[in-house]
Amino acid sequence: MTEDVAIMIKEKTKLSAAGVNLWFGNKHVLKNVGVSFSEKKVTALIGPSGCGKSTLLRCFNRMHDLAPDVRIEGKLALEKQDLYDRAISVTQVRKRIGMVFQKANPFPKSIYENINYGLKINDVPAGERQGIIENALKESFLWDEVKDDLKKPATRLSGGQQQRLCIARTVALRPEVILMDEPCSALDPISTSKVEELIEKLREQYTIVIVTHNMQQAQRVADSTIFMYLGEVVEAGNTSDIFNNPQKELTANYVRGHFG
Amino acid sequence: MMKKLSPVIEWFTLLFCTGTVLSFLVVILYDLVVKGWSTLSWRFITALPTQGMTRGGILPAITGTITLTLVTALVAVPLGIGCAVYLNEYAPDNWMTRLIRGSIRNLSGVPSIIYGLFGLALFVQGMGMGTSMIAAGLTLGLLSLPYIISTTEEALRRIPASTREAALGIGATQFESIRDVVLPSALPGILTGVVLTLSRAAGETAPILFTGVAFYITGSSGFLNQEFMALPYHLYMLSTQHQSIEEVRPLAYGTALVLIIVVFLLNLTAFYIRYKHSNND
Amino acid sequence: MKLAARERLDKLVKLVFRTTGLLVIMILGGILVMLLWNTFAFFLHVKPVDFVTGTQWNPVGHKARYGMLPLLVSTALVTLGAMAIAIPLGIGTAAFISEYAGKKLRNILKPLIEMLAAVPSVAIGFLGIVIVGPGIASITNQANGLNALNGAILLAIMALPTIITVTEDALQALPQTYREASYGVGASRWQTVRKVVIPAAAPGIIAAVMLGAGRAIGETMTVLMATGNASAFPKGFFHSVRTITATIAIEMGEVPYQTTHYYALFAIAAVLFLITLLVNLAGEYFVNRYRKYQVA
Ligand SMILES: Nc1ncnc2c1ncn2[C@@H]1O[C@H](COP(=O)(O)OP(=O)(O)OP(=O)(O)O)[C@@H](O)[C@H]1O
Ligand SMILES: [Mg+2]
Repeated sequence: MTEDVAIMIKEKTKLSAAGVNLWFGNKHVLKNVGVSFSEKKVTALIGPSGCGKSTLLRCFNRMHDLAPDVRIEGKLALEKQDLYDRAISVTQVRKRIGMVFQKANPFPKSIYENINYGLKINDVPAGERQGIIENALKESFLWDEVKDDLKKPATRLSGGQQQRLCIARTVALRPEVILMDEPCSALDPISTSKVEELIEKLREQYTIVIVTHNMQQAQRVADSTIFMYLGEVVEAGNTSDIFNNPQKELTANYVRGHFG
Repeated sequence: MMKKLSPVIEWFTLLFCTGTVLSFLVVILYDLVVKGWSTLSWRFITALPTQGMTRGGILPAITGTITLTLVTALVAVPLGIGCAVYLNEYAPDNWMTRLIRGSIRNLSGVPSIIYGLFGLALFVQGMGMGTSMIAAGLTLGLLSLPYIISTTEEALRRIPASTREAALGIGATQFESIRDVVLPSALPGILTGVVLTLSRAAGETAPILFTGVAFYITGSSGFLNQEFMALPYHLYMLSTQHQSIEEVRPLAYGTALVLIIVVFLLNLTAFYIRYKHSNND
Repeated sequence: MKLAARERLDKLVKLVFRTTGLLVIMILGGILVMLLWNTFAFFLHVKPVDFVTGTQWNPVGHKARYGMLPLLVSTALVTLGAMAIAIPLGIGTAAFISEYAGKKLRNILKPLIEMLAAVPSVAIGFLGIVIVGPGIASITNQANGLNALNGAILLAIMALPTIITVTEDALQALPQTYREASYGVGASRWQTVRKVVIPAAAPGIIAAVMLGAGRAIGETMTVLMATGNASAFPKGFFHSVRTITATIAIEMGEVPYQTTHYYALFAIAAVLFLITLLVNLAGEYFVNRYRKYQVA
């Protein structure tokens, strides 16, 4: 008990959701979801396919804004800032909360432009961009594969390379939070371990939320884990607790691979 | 016996259908090229008509058609693309938008002569532009709008939502995502639609009949507030209304050939854009 | 650019796009309003019954007549004639392209069909004068061949690309399993095409015919140039006729602004609009039907 308190004092909540409900039309997809993500920690979001992990993630950087027929209730906040405050700048929110999407979606531009574009619109001085791009590509372990070919269209890269480019594109902007929606689902084991290595490095500066179906990966990289089921948060806590000492039957079944 | 023969007969029936359809195209092209070729000369396309249209060239009709097509493009391209972007990127996806979209699609089936009437009532008479290049250009622009909107929207719809999300996700505003990512990706599709639409507009006659075209103008055409000559109308007049129709037949053939060449060149441009793009991805 | 400026620009552009969109929609809606308004003005001068049932169209006679039946029958005559020619040819060609032609041949044939579609109507009308007309004249021993048959042939040419493209599209949309099932029970290719493929693609083919007919009904220049434009009540395919579109084209140039005659032309234009709208809507309905099958 005393240990728990100690953790709570030490950890500062960076990103949180409270009482969040979301509907696609009549379909109630998120049900009274409350979660919080600690600053400079990695949190894994697990749960069977279709339980609403992507949907929840996309609430935080307001990706549902453009979709018709979506209704969101509840409070989502970055530190003290209400993310759905009318006065707040969505553009700013999305810059502070970066996202790596479930399906790699590079721009139909060159590799170089894919990263440069974000720097350009966000007013990074032209002189600094080259270095940032190179650094971002190195961080996401893509540099060696593409350094001679930066003018090549990004769509010609392999699926795994595209995904790493999307990661590079996001980290280049130095957001405060990085949301990763199954970043490794299209990657081979070597690239996967590289991405995990990258997460290991990024955790020093960023708050990271990672959706994954890979239980080993969650245990390897995450400090805390949240288990969702049918649009609800079933259990949240230390990764080791969730996997070794789950409080709920449902969680136990899931992490032991009985369904999902 | 019949059993064995029938597949052959059947095959020939279908081949006959296809052959007949193609023969239409062949006859049109063959006749125009063979009979128009002798008329076609550098002088024919660079000289003014003389002696009551029985001699000389068709330069004013060519420049008239080109200018008219440009005016049409100036009217229809920005408005059409703007409207398509509004419908596809900004408008809420509700019954109202769907109704508007459906109406626009149906407007492209409205007979061109009705656009002519509208142009006459609104631009020529209502707004007092008189019969002029600008009135005719606006009329053709309206005629072209539904096509440009529909083809642009189709091109925009082919851009997946994930591409837009990629831009928004790194902090681009919606406008930046449209300007820098969506429109460039949709550009080949949009261009193809625009060029095909303009080629259709260049060959249209009915909408300009009462809005500005003239059989003969003295002096050079080119001012927006004046009447102008145009290839399709010139062909119509030479082949039906001229007082010595047989005498000007060669000129009619020449005009028809030039018109077809202009229209086909525009079409080829569109095919080329489409072809080049389909090879790229 | 600074964030605030970018967001202001974003808002401004959104406003510009919305204004453009709504402006265009208003202008296009204006066409409808203009047609209805002038038609309404026409019916202040002429009784609707006389307009619909009158068999004489003679606006400049001593006693002006505004019966639209001759125009309607003329339009119907050339359109039906055109369809009689274009439907079998079009379906046959589409079946050939879709079911018999190899990929290479198809890649040659389809652009050729698109080329045919690109020929301006005035050029086809010209062909009606210099080729089809004399041809008909020599067969029938008439002075010239400018009659309903000529118009029908030309309109068939104009409608064919639409019919072929939409039909071919519908045939291609059929799942391959239909054909395999048919071959599986030992049917020949022709039997498969006739008994399975074409019936299954029926909604698409109806759509093709509707859209082709819509094109033919609204065509102006070809019929204006090739049908002779006699304003008498049409007597048949070998006689001169004057369609709705040709009538507007001929008379609009001379009629004084806002006279009964002027309004009358808008009234027949409104009728034309209504007919093409219904035909096109029917076409679209059937297109959606076969698209649905395709998804299912
Ligand atoms: N745009 C949408 N419109 C309607 N329903 C949607 C939409 N997007 C997602 N859904 C539904 O919402 C539910 C949650 O979807 P979500 O993508 O969040 O699942 P997920 O947990 O990320 O699954 P996965 O692990 O397969 O990625 C699903 O039932 C899905 O069908
Ligand atoms: Mg997901």
